[in-house]
This record gives sequence, structure tokens and C-alpha cells, in this order.
Amino acid sequence: MTKRRYFEKPIYWLMRAVTYFIVIVIGYILYDIVRGGIGTISWEFLTTMPRRSGAEGGILPVIIGTFYLVIGTVATALPIGMAAAIYLTEYATQNRLTRTIRLAISTLAGIPSIVFGLFGLGLFVIFFGFKASILSGSLTLACMILPIIIVSSEEALKAVPQSFREASLALGATKWLTIRKNVLPYAIPGMLTGSILGVGRAAGETAPILLTVAAFYLPKLPASIFDQVMALPYHLYILATQLPDVDAVRPMQYGTALVLIVLVLGLNLAAIFLRIYFRRKYRW
Amino acid sequence: MVVPESVRAIRHDERAESAVKIQTRSVDFFYGDVQALFNISLDVQPNSVMALIGPSGCGKSTFLRTLNRMNDIILGTRLTGSVLIDKTDIYGSAFSVVELRKRVGMVFQKSNPFPKSIFENVVYGPRIHGIRNPGQLEEIAERSLIRAALWDEVKDRLSMNAMELSGGQQQRLCIARALAVDPEILLMDEPASALDPRATARIEDLIGELRREYTIVIVTHNMQQAARVSDETAFFYEGRLIEVGITKQIFTNPVHKQTEDYITGRFG
Repeated sequence: MTKRRYFEKPIYWLMRAVTYFIVIVIGYILYDIVRGGIGTISWEFLTTMPRRSGAEGGILPVIIGTFYLVIGTVATALPIGMAAAIYLTEYATQNRLTRTIRLAISTLAGIPSIVFGLFGLGLFVIFFGFKASILSGSLTLACMILPIIIVSSEEALKAVPQSFREASLALGATKWLTIRKNVLPYAIPGMLTGSILGVGRAAGETAPILLTVAAFYLPKLPASIFDQVMALPYHLYILATQLPDVDAVRPMQYGTALVLIVLVLGLNLAAIFLRIYFRRKYRW
Repeated sequence: MVVPESVRAIRHDERAESAVKIQTRSVDFFYGDVQALFNISLDVQPNSVMALIGPSGCGKSTFLRTLNRMNDIILGTRLTGSVLIDKTDIYGSAFSVVELRKRVGMVFQKSNPFPKSIFENVVYGPRIHGIRNPGQLEEIAERSLIRAALWDEVKDRLSMNAMELSGGQQQRLCIARALAVDPEILLMDEPASALDPRATARIEDLIGELRREYTIVIVTHNMQQAARVSDETAFFYEGRLIEVGITKQIFTNPVHKQTEDYITGRFG
């Protein structure tokens, strides 16, 4: 007993210190980026074309590019992911096939993003002939975040009490009607919040878009989904490594990083608020 | 779907003529390899209350759920024998489960209202069966809530979330929801087991009212409740139907020793 008490306090303080350390690291990164980038952010920076390979001017096409990629990724990954989750939780029986599917999903989640990039290059860019385009990039990113969407959607569906399904079935509703009317409405908030986190990840990834969509320097807005675009993470990489006068470009780096971080944190915050809102709305 | 009062009356007269409402013959039921029911043959008379009693795990709830095929949703279950409602085999290949569950309503042990308004809870069934007319839905909601003896308590706050009702009110709401699709048979799986004595008394009064219009099968752990509300009582033990008869007789003069032991509290 005394031995345990000797250990209790130091371990508690160690845990606490580690937790604070994490917060401090995150806080410092944010502080550094905000401090370095806030001076660069201006209406002009956000709404004009870049000049001289991005060393001067704004980042409008870069923001628009990432925006389109996010939209395209959501539009493809969300329906597919939700449908897969509905099938797995509501319809599929536990057998070898579903076990294999689940294994595939968790494997997919662990694949390095550059591999997705190469996969997208092989399948969408070359085989389907979509070229390097918003379409190819979105599809590649969609493949990457599918596991996140499927897993979070499954969790959301499982959280809906079984009694809702039983009561609905007992009233003569078909299975699909039960799912549509009395399961999905309660699961969709959870599905969306999980998906938004996935989208946040997609917005910040460089490797998958590197080979499938991202342009080095393209100071114009895309006309269709078959056009290339610039994107925030890749642009940041370019600014940090590919331009000659590093010090002169530094404010542009900070500014771009700040925009990207605000975008990703904004998505995460949206997910949190959405969850709080729906948790209040639907209580059981 | 909605039957006018006059037509209902005629239907009830017909029902009184045709003898048996629910008839099961040699029903065996399996969860996977485990047999849960053995050779159950039981008749339920129309417009009566049949109580199913027996110790936990005796199969009474499983039997209840065979009557609206709710066991179908559990994987790996299997039934042999026949379950007839109005002389039609509800496990027959031509029989629609949706149609069956419209005719055979169910009230669960734990009240399970949907996290919607009181009104939306009641009209959930009619809506999924295609009734859209708001006036008609309101009329169904009012009639169902009146029948479930809940109308006076909630008529001014139909848009309130059903989760805010008390436990007893929630259970009566679930009864109203089941009544809204106009069933002929009502299955109740220990509907009052989670309620306090006052709420239980209200449910029991309600069952007394409902038996005039519906055929009711109720599972209960409460001997007094079975004695109070039912016309006939069936005693289940270890998946077998030990004894069935007029409630008064089962409780005063049971034929089997096991029944007597259970009723007098010597086991179970």
C-alpha cells in the first residue's frame, strides 16, 4: 500500500506535465504561424493572383484550388462512405466477406499518402485519362479519406439505439424505410462530424495531390474539373523549397500556412459545433 | 388504412363469430442451435387478454415475438410449426411481414419513444404507410392518444419532445403509437415492468379498456398483474407451455404442480 502511494504522485505529475507539454507545442506552432503570417494577410493577399512564381502577389487561385478539391472530395467520398457504412452496419451479416471488407478499410487507413498519390496517378490520371486535374485529385483524396468517413459513419449508426429500429419495424416499416426515417436522421450529425475531420485532413495533404492535380505555378482560375489547380499545402512546399530568395518569400510562406491552418481548424471547429448542436437537438 | 367507426363495429361482430384469433401449432423455435421453444400450441380468443407468465428465460418473450415475426430480425433464428392469425399462416411465403406488423402492434418492455415530438411519434406509423393528409394525421393522433388515455395530459403540447414525458406517459405514448396503425392484435412485452405502481395501474386500466377492441397478448412477471388484467393465462417453463386456461382457474386451481409452485412463489 505504501509503495503504491509513493508512485501515485510522481506518475500523476508526469502525466500532467506531458499533457501540458503537448498543449505548449501546439500553442507555440500556432503562435509562430499567426505572428509570422498575420502581417501578410490582407484583402489583396487573399483575392489577387500570385506573381513571380508566388514570391509576390496573392494566393487567390491557391485558395480556390483547395476549395474545389475539398468540394470534389466530399462529393465523392461522402456518399460512397455513407453507403458503405450503412451496408456494413445495417445489412451485412458477420461473415468472411465483411471481415475482409473491414480489414481492407483499416488497411486503407494505414496506407501512406504518397502511395495514394501514385495510385491516383496510375488509375485516374493515366488509366482513366483524366490527366492531372481537379477530378483526379479529388478522387485520389476521396480514396484516402474513405476509411475515416466509413469508420465514423459506422460509429454514428451504431450509436442509434436498437430500440428505434425495433419500434419502427414493429409498426410495419420496411428495413430501408426504418433506416431512412428513424436511423439516419439521428446518425447523420455523427457521420458529418467524422467526415469533416476527414475533409480537414484532405485539405492539408500534399502527397496525394502532388502527382494528380497540383500545379507548380498557375496564376489563373480553373474553368472545369479537368483543369489543374494550385493548392495550399503544395504551394507552401514550393514557397519553402523551390524559390531562390528564401528570406524575401518568408512572409508569403507564413501567410499561406496561416490560411491553411485557419481553414483546417475552421473545419474542425465546425465539426465540434455541429456535434454540440445536434447533441442538444437529439437526446435519448 | 383508417377504418371508420361504423365499419370497425361490423368487423368486430365478424370477429366475435370466427372463433380463434391467434392459433399456434407445434411451434419450435431456435436461436442458432439452441432450441428456445418446444412444441407450443396455443389459442388466443378474439377481444380477450392472454397473459404469458413464467420465470425469466422460459421463452415467453420469444413466443410473443414470433407472433409479429420480430424474431426475424435476429440472425440465425428459425421456426418450425405454424402460427395462424385469422386462420392464415403468417410464416407462409405469400404473407407480407409489413402487412402482418400493421395488424399486430407491439409495445416493448422499455418504453422507446422516438426523439421527436409527441405528435410525430404517434403519426410515425400512419406516415410510413402513406397517409400524408395533415387533417387525417391529426385526427389519427387525437384518436390514438385518447385510446391510450394520454390525450388529456398532452393535448396542449403535442409538439413537445416525447423524451420529456414521464416514464408512464412514454409507455402510453408507445401504446398510442402502436394503436395509430389500427392493429387488431396488441402484443405487450412486460409493458409496466419499468413503471411505478401508479403508472402501472394506469396501464392496467388501459388494457382493460383496450380489450374491447383488440386482442391482447401480454408478457408479465407480475402475478397480480396477470390475475388482474387477463382472461386466460399461459404458463411457460423452460421453453415449454406447461399449462393454459382461464386465468381465475390457473390462479386458484392449477392442474400442474410446476404452475402452482411458480404462482405461489416457490420458484422463479
